[in-house]
Amino acid sequence: MGRRIMYVLAAPLVAVGVALVISSIVLLFAGANPISAYQNIWEFGTRLETLIETLNRATPLYLSGIAVAIGFRMNLFNIGVEGQYVLAAIIAAKVGAEINLPPVLHVTVIIIVAMIVGAFWSGLAGFLKVTRNVHEVISTIMLNAIAVAGVVSYLLSIWDVPDESLDTALPTIPESGWMPSLNGFVEIFTRDIKRVELWGFILVAAAVGVVYHVVINRTRIGFDLRASGENATAAEVSGTDPKRMILTAMVLGGAVAGLVGLPELLGSSHAYNLRFTQQLGFAGIAVALLGRNHAVGVAIGAFVFGWLDRASGVLEVRGDAPREIVSIMQGVIILAAVVAYAVVERKRRAEEAAAAAAATAAALAARQVAADQGGGS
Amino acid sequence: MASAVKLEGITKRFPGVIANDGVNLDVADGEIHAICGENGAGKSTLMKILYGMQAPDEGRMIINGEDVSFSSPKDAIAKGIGMVHQHFMLADNLSVLENIVLGAEPANRGVIDFPEARRRIIELGEAYGLKVGTRDLVETLEVGERQRIEIIKVLFRGAKILILDEPTAVLVPQEVEELFRNMRDLKAEGHTIIFIDHKLDEVLEIADTITVIRAGKTIDTVKPEDVTARDLAELMVGSELPVPELRESTVTDHVVIEAIDACADDDAGSPKMRGVTLKVHKGEILGIAGVEGNGQAEFVEAVMGMRPLTSGSISLEGARMLGWGTRRRREAGIGYIPEDRTRRGLLAGFPLWENDMLGHQSMEPFVKSGFWIQTEDARQHTEKVVDQFDVRTPSVDVAAHALSGGNQQKLIVGREMSADLVALIAAHPTRGIDVGAQAAVWEELRHARAAGLAVILISADLEELIGLSDRLVVMLRGELVAELDPNNVTPRDLGSYMTGASRQGGGE
Repeated sequence: MGRRIMYVLAAPLVAVGVALVISSIVLLFAGANPISAYQNIWEFGTRLETLIETLNRATPLYLSGIAVAIGFRMNLFNIGVEGQYVLAAIIAAKVGAEINLPPVLHVTVIIIVAMIVGAFWSGLAGFLKVTRNVHEVISTIMLNAIAVAGVVSYLLSIWDVPDESLDTALPTIPESGWMPSLNGFVEIFTRDIKRVELWGFILVAAAVGVVYHVVINRTRIGFDLRASGENATAAEVSGTDPKRMILTAMVLGGAVAGLVGLPELLGSSHAYNLRFTQQLGFAGIAVALLGRNHAVGVAIGAFVFGWLDRASGVLEVRGDAPREIVSIMQGVIILAAVVAYAVVERKRRAEEAAAAAAATAAALAARQVAADQGGGS
Repeated sequence: MASAVKLEGITKRFPGVIANDGVNLDVADGEIHAICGENGAGKSTLMKILYGMQAPDEGRMIINGEDVSFSSPKDAIAKGIGMVHQHFMLADNLSVLENIVLGAEPANRGVIDFPEARRRIIELGEAYGLKVGTRDLVETLEVGERQRIEIIKVLFRGAKILILDEPTAVLVPQEVEELFRNMRDLKAEGHTIIFIDHKLDEVLEIADTITVIRAGKTIDTVKPEDVTARDLAELMVGSELPVPELRESTVTDHVVIEAIDACADDDAGSPKMRGVTLKVHKGEILGIAGVEGNGQAEFVEAVMGMRPLTSGSISLEGARMLGWGTRRRREAGIGYIPEDRTRRGLLAGFPLWENDMLGHQSMEPFVKSGFWIQTEDARQHTEKVVDQFDVRTPSVDVAAHALSGGNQQKLIVGREMSADLVALIAAHPTRGIDVGAQAAVWEELRHARAAGLAVILISADLEELIGLSDRLVVMLRGELVAELDPNNVTPRDLGSYMTGASRQGGGE
């Protein structure tokens, strides 16, 4: 048991260690003192407000990571989370602003609309794959461009409400469609929180994580999905319809991707505008890799990435180094993690094979002893 | 005669197991030396050590009188050792020429010198009677030709000592003879050949010297003229060699699987199965013989619902199974032991209990209400399979890749047989597994027959096919060309039907 935990923890710890070393070298090159830079990051990063902001950033990263992980689980490389969530966010924002419903129901409708849009856009890539054998990497990249540069820009221009603000923005969702902040709850355990609010959507993200874990590991559809990812031919031989599995994975991943923009939309912006956060879909790929597609692993990955994003601002404020140094750290962590995972996995497999071989050898030896005795008598 | 290869006290330990325990091997220069032993006896490990893929923990290796130690196959190749693996390592979409030079390209200022390469290959081919068309695409070649290319590949790299890992496993008798001719030619040219084989009559025919390995130890080195196949078998397993044979007939006239004029295409859309008509009865084993690639695989896929019929029908218990997916056919009681267990039958990284569930994931006790996986019930089921079918494993939670081929196969056979079946398709059920596991699989096929299943057996092992079938059909170029009585047919006869040399007159 202790050994298993060691195997699980070894890779990420090594990855972070390597990232620290390489970042230090980069910081030195940038003319900064790594020790004091790390001190500043740590000091700033452990403030309550920074941690709240970290969670606010980690929430959409987590959803994005899970959306990618669903595809990864069956060897589908869904790069299209970016387009799926941005498109879902703008349409959900528009629908949310146009309707008037009682509080909980209003939010629910917005969530469902976003999931449907995400699922549809991702499903297109799945449809192209099963009917025309278009590789999902190609189709999702194209669909990203169509969604972000085409459809969203167009919708933004026709749905823009110039009189509400100077910014290019959609109409604001009425208050019944907002998600309350969780500050009040957090403050029971801590002090008063200044300036920032913990978005309520983190609860939805946690629920998504639980559902993801249960469905993947404890249900037949999850098994079919994992089996197809591990060995598509064997899964087909076992009776799984490969085309249906591809569509299922793409649609489910897209539905989760549709949620990625909602923490911000329902928690703070309440309208889609030009400043709406983008690039979360690509970050999700990194987070899923770091978390090995595991519900808890992805959460840790999302938190680490979110924290680096948020805590790094201090580097610039204090004049240590440009904050882009954090992008380098994130990149190194991913690279180091992927390598470390591969090494640990190989070692684990070798030990497992040796154990099984020992069981076989013991049986063989026993048989031989029996045979020798039989021959002797 | 001088020794080409001399291994002294080779010991290789893996955590918890000794694969080679002080193995001695002495291969004389210019001889054909066979190494026999069950799977798991340590032959592969020994060959991997000799080919530089693994380093021994103890022992000396002497090649042509020189002490050596290899850190990679490159070192072994430099000493003139070459290996032809059991699973061919060829790129299907490249030509024969490109495959042969791959990794050892003769270059002229950084540009591959194809004319020079072609010249050398043709030279080699003529010297050893290994005829190949250098421009052919590998994907268009037969198994025997592919093997010839592997051998030329090794010679092209200058090998004088050739290791052949179970070279006859994939060949029909006629191709085996061709291979043996090539081996004798190579020997005549002064090459040394070390080859691994299970089939004792072949070993006795071709080998000059035979070394038997059992449980990681050298048991004996013998000359073929001094021993019988039976002696060798006893040396190998320490007990009597099992034979494939059936007892009293259990065949009924109740038809379970019936194909009528069934046709199907391959993936590229060209016809691969043409008008197959056959019946399989309750309690009967129908053997389908044929050189690989003559439509047997397509037939199996059509029965399993993985390949659509272009015309005709295949029915199960009178139901035509039109539009039935694989899952529905499995639920209707068709079991399937696939020909390539790692590719088609296993989830290598998944624990045994999840592999046991594979193919039955819509059924009790694995899944409740068709949705929730019942982890505990599934594990208990696997415990039973492991116990009943003698799968040697530390627990049902280890990943499938950790087991040896024979144990993986026993798990697959157990998984299929433990379901509620009416029919069983067994494609090459004993390929690449040791004698012990082979006997266990044969016994299970006999059980299946006695339990009233309709069994379709496809195998490249003709002894097995003849020994276990109640009735034999031969498939050639997608058609059934002969129906034979296994009681009075020899592997040779069968081989000539398979290659089209013999034909059954009239009838069709």
